[in-house]
Amino acid sequence: MTTKPTHSLRSEKTRMLRHKSILYRKTILEMIYQARAGHTGGSLSCIDILNVLYNHVMNINPQNFTQVNRDHYIHSKGHSVEALYAVLADKGFFPRELLGNVEKYSSDFIGHPTRSVLGIEQNTGALGHGLSVAVGMALAAKKDGRSNRIFTIMGDGELTEGSIWEASASAAHYGLDNLIAIIDRNTLQITGHTEHVMNMEPLEAKFTAFGFAVRHVDGNNVEELVTLLENLPFEPGKPNLVLAHTVKGKGISYMEDQIQWHHRVPTDGEYAAALLELDAAEKHLEKTDGRF
Amino acid sequence: MGGSNLQIGKTNLDTFAQTLMELAAVDRDILVLTSDSRGSGRVTPFAEKFPEQIVEIGIAEQNLVGVAAGLASAGKKVFVVSPACFLTARGLEQIKNDIAYSDHPVKVIGISAGVSYGSLGTTHHSLHDFAALQSINNIDIIAPADNFETTQAIQAAVHHPRPIYIRFGKKPMPAIHAPNAHFEIGKAIKLTAEREKYDVALIATGETVTPTYLASQELEEKGITCCVLSLHTLRPFDEEAVRQAAERSSMVITVEEHSVNGGLGSRVASFLMQARIFRPLRIVGIPDVHTVTGSQVEIFNHYGISPQALCQTALGLLEKEAG
Repeated sequence: MTTKPTHSLRSEKTRMLRHKSILYRKTILEMIYQARAGHTGGSLSCIDILNVLYNHVMNINPQNFTQVNRDHYIHSKGHSVEALYAVLADKGFFPRELLGNVEKYSSDFIGHPTRSVLGIEQNTGALGHGLSVAVGMALAAKKDGRSNRIFTIMGDGELTEGSIWEASASAAHYGLDNLIAIIDRNTLQITGHTEHVMNMEPLEAKFTAFGFAVRHVDGNNVEELVTLLENLPFEPGKPNLVLAHTVKGKGISYMEDQIQWHHRVPTDGEYAAALLELDAAEKHLEKTDGRF
Repeated sequence: MGGSNLQIGKTNLDTFAQTLMELAAVDRDILVLTSDSRGSGRVTPFAEKFPEQIVEIGIAEQNLVGVAAGLASAGKKVFVVSPACFLTARGLEQIKNDIAYSDHPVKVIGISAGVSYGSLGTTHHSLHDFAALQSINNIDIIAPADNFETTQAIQAAVHHPRPIYIRFGKKPMPAIHAPNAHFEIGKAIKLTAEREKYDVALIATGETVTPTYLASQELEEKGITCCVLSLHTLRPFDEEAVRQAAERSSMVITVEEHSVNGGLGSRVASFLMQARIFRPLRIVGIPDVHTVTGSQVEIFNHYGISPQALCQTALGLLEKEAG
């Protein structure tokens, strides 16, 4: 494949990220299909964010994982652990074959993140916890004069938990500009549209009022995510809040924005159809990226 | 406690705060987290002396515990200092998930525990904390009886490898231990003379150890032999000490500043039954009713947690067995 001399590195990078997003979606679906369980829609909505974080933004890898002066990640929306497993396997934290153990008896790979799995640093699953823990980690980094950053992805349904707002106040109070909270704003939760369940809008105004520097991004667009997250902090002295607008079930036409795919498992036919769509996306990507 | 021959010391709360000052001076990784509780936790001098080692979270117990977990994951030795009533109820899910389940060795300090807040009422009482935390895996539980046990527990907590909960009150406590007493997390301390047989085993925890010990002195004066255990650590539970005390005694009385459900008494009963050590047993604590109003000592007296009442309880039980 030929590359233009200008933008070549960046083009290569985003091409790689786009490709990984498709591969991760295949891994997620395979995992959920095999396990006969999992959070399909939410994993597909946040996977592009995780992809960009782990492959472009954060300084986390199996080699530096035991060190404290690296970036840290907390999966606050614990239920879409399949997305995290897919990325961590690809990063070499554990052999990909272990994903066959997801949700199996006595397996470390349960339906929510736990520290039993290398690469995961906090047990989550109950909502509204991750931001507080991230605040503590960011505060420790500040106290010790370290330059590392703490990232967390929260679900938008999670925002009704009061603890999120307790944590938000403290993040701003302590000026944690090394904290990056990303909201997977897919607008769906298990009962229905987030605004019908409990209207939390205007989110930008709320988080801004709490003292965050707030930015919007298409959370399923790796180029946009790369551009945004290359420029941290957004405003010195303020914690960072990303409203990542995503589509639940993104990448599989019949799952997109469909409430039943919150934790539905694909049938044989649905699984085959999904793989066909992802194969087609891969082929399309090869074609379009050929011009670089 | 009237008629006591014991030397009144400081409050366990002040003892805790002073011990923490000494420890923090030589260990800059020690952090104290408060929920607008630095005054009630007696850590205002700490905050003035070590402003970099105190973190105020405001009245937000869920965030308080979650932030503590994050700090501990980065290697800080975190003491969360907050009223036991709020900390172990409002913050319970964070204690369970962020600390115990996630294996961060945070030191959870429940101040003004039990009915220390007395007439402030049930909102301010923590009679549920032993029960709640005993049902959560991977958090040790300590209720020191006096200043000695408090100092020892706080010192031990600094390097304790697991999450730990320590709760105490705010009333001056007499010294019940001999100067050469030995404290170890998970090991009950026997307060009475070594004997092959006792009439009564009295097993108490926290600030009910004093009235229990005084009751044993009255009983001994009446010729009734007592084995008194200060079971400062509820978890890990000292099975060996409880087994020996019960096996050598004709009956067992447990005493605690906690609901009679799910605390020390329940734990002892469960252990003894399953170990096939069958003894008449009386669990003294706060019964399953709306708690009476009054000061800590008035509430204690109301529910029979006084030297005189415990003495009567023992005598009544002995009489019943004899009859």
